Amino acid sequence: MSEISPGLWELLLKGVWITVQLTVYSAALGAAVAFGVGLARAHRLWIVRFVAGTYFEVFRGTSALILMFWIFFVLPLGFGWQLVPMWAAVLALGLTYGAYGSEVVRGAVAAVAKGQREAGIALSFTPAQQLRKIVLPQAWPEMIPPFNNLLVELLKGTALVSIMGVADIAFGASLVRNATGQSAPVYTVILLMYFVLAAVLTRGMRVLERRAKAGIGQKQPERTFPRRSRERVPVGGESR
Amino acid sequence: MTWDWSAVADFMPRFFEGLLVTLQALVLGALLAFALGLVWAIVLRSGPKPVRWPVAAITEFVRNTPLLVQLFFLYYVLPEWGITLSAMVTGVIGLGLHYSTYTSEVYRAGIDGVPKGQWEAATALNLSRARTWSSVILPQAIRRVAPALGNYVIAMLKDTPMIFVIGVMEMLGQARQFASETFLTVEAFTVVGIAFILIAYPASVLMRALERRLVR
Amino acid sequence: MSADSTLSKKSPPIAGTASSGETAAGSATAQETTAQETTGAPVTQGELIRFDHVTKRFGENTVLDSLDFRVFPGKHVTLIGPSGSGKTTILRLLMTLLKPDEGTITVGGEYLNHEKKNGRLVPASEKHIREVRKNIGMVFQQFNLFPNMKVLRNVTEAPVQVLGLSRDEADERARELLELVGLGDRCDAYPSQLSGGQQQRVAIARALAMRPKVLLLDEVTSALDPELVQGVLDLLRDIAHTTDVTMLCVTHEMGFARDVSDCVMMFDQGKVIEFGHPDKMFSDPENERTKEFLSAVL
Repeated sequence: MSEISPGLWELLLKGVWITVQLTVYSAALGAAVAFGVGLARAHRLWIVRFVAGTYFEVFRGTSALILMFWIFFVLPLGFGWQLVPMWAAVLALGLTYGAYGSEVVRGAVAAVAKGQREAGIALSFTPAQQLRKIVLPQAWPEMIPPFNNLLVELLKGTALVSIMGVADIAFGASLVRNATGQSAPVYTVILLMYFVLAAVLTRGMRVLERRAKAGIGQKQPERTFPRRSRERVPVGGESR
Repeated sequence: MTWDWSAVADFMPRFFEGLLVTLQALVLGALLAFALGLVWAIVLRSGPKPVRWPVAAITEFVRNTPLLVQLFFLYYVLPEWGITLSAMVTGVIGLGLHYSTYTSEVYRAGIDGVPKGQWEAATALNLSRARTWSSVILPQAIRRVAPALGNYVIAMLKDTPMIFVIGVMEMLGQARQFASETFLTVEAFTVVGIAFILIAYPASVLMRALERRLVR
Repeated sequence: MSADSTLSKKSPPIAGTASSGETAAGSATAQETTAQETTGAPVTQGELIRFDHVTKRFGENTVLDSLDFRVFPGKHVTLIGPSGSGKTTILRLLMTLLKPDEGTITVGGEYLNHEKKNGRLVPASEKHIREVRKNIGMVFQQFNLFPNMKVLRNVTEAPVQVLGLSRDEADERARELLELVGLGDRCDAYPSQLSGGQQQRVAIARALAMRPKVLLLDEVTSALDPELVQGVLDLLRDIAHTTDVTMLCVTHEMGFARDVSDCVMMFDQGKVIEFGHPDKMFSDPENERTKEFLSAVL
């Protein structure tokens, strides 16, 4: 790639840093939403379930890009709320992927054996104690592989912010393309960067999964190289 | 908050134009994804080794990188290689290729779900390899995975707005243009946003119903 | 009729008490309301557990049909009968894993699922249920140990969280109990590293750690490999003979039932068709269906 000067490389690397930040912040917001909404969807009060279920359906039906446009352009005009582009992007991504994540949380919590809750009742745990001490510790390791899929989808989703002018990797790519007039090398490099980031995320989640399983006395078969499970795939209208 | 119903009315003709383009891209993209995904799945399952490895690598790569960047790649790089396609065709190829890496996994799961005895029975009946695939394995596998495929069509629907970046005037593109001409931004983007929910929600309800019926 | 465990479907079960309305088919709740307006509390005669007209349905299927029975403190009652006869349902009702459709259950003189408000019985608050439920412990067929906690933690968690014991106190007591069940050396194992029999012993220790007045045993040996059954039964026999805990058990181990029970109740189709001391029940049952059942399992 002799066409790309050191200055342009620096531009791309700065873009990587922005992408990483976007991913981390959106993932944090998304995780909070996923747990909040996911647990609320199994709440014993129907009104709580209804509100959470509506959130899930609305945000699952929403295109992340459209939501981003809406937050960027409609919120300031319609409501007078002007957000820094970076945070507007985090909001759009976190709310959308949080909705997908809530399905993961709900499913994993529902998959904990019924006898575990019954044992919790028999020992007079409060519902909150049952959740904290018994259900979540067991459900958590099951959530990690689907969360990993979502995280990779989220990483890919961050590229959308370049459309709004946030200087992430994809934005850097268009600048470099304009500067060099070369498309193939730039976009190949960019795609490779995303691929490497996704691989790093996946590897990290594998480690997390192994630890989580060891923490509850389950042994995880050691694999020579991590491979993310794909039996359940994220962005689709996931349902059971 | 100012909401102008007449602005909504003004936007409607363009909205429907955009909706039509969105649906065209969606249908063509989905057909491409179904077909390509099936090819990947069959190659990965029983193709010759030298083909299997590159296909595995490419699908893994495409699945783990952003569709948006892939669209730019196709849009800017293909002409450099002497292939000139319209924006719409480029968009459909982008969507179809990207989602084929997902549908291939869906098919794989469906094919793995066909009991081993079916392969053995086909062998016992001395069916050719092609016959085994076309009349024994695939009909059973596809029936199983129809809802999962449907869910990816819904996912793809939500990704179609991306193709406006290469100049396809689908719903979001129309909304942007309308907004820049009339400054009726709130109405245009809100209408498009609601349209997506109105299409996606019944579709996902339908898929869930289908799932209950087919997958047991 | 054994003097300690009174129960009846044919004869008035609690004759001579304030609750005189046993005749008509009216709702048990209404009757109790009347009774308790005069006495201010559920009518008890020192019994620990009492079922009054308890009915439980699953859809069309009536699993318990207006059941009455009482169990006095320290007694051991075994419930036998064909599968689907409602035995396990009784334990699950007592543990509040199920709610009765009609009737009332009292434990230690307190309503389990109801509360008195302005002289009327209303469904109890979660808090009330938890308070009454603290008297009851349960051992499950499938053990239901918490796989995310080591053995010691399984036994200490509830005493610490629910009873408010200090960690040290709970640890000490848990070690004693694990010693009692023969697993003093496995405190740091995870449940998945234990055999079924060992897991069930831990589950017994876990239930006892809450110092329950009543211990419910729900087919505790059914999920065990045959060679592990005897050890668990010996342990329970030991507990029955050396402690004053009241036991209700559902079991298919008739030898065990004969050894530990003060009373055996035979269920069929949601009703108690016969009850009595095990010596009488097992050697000379009166009811035809009891005879059939026993000849099939003995």
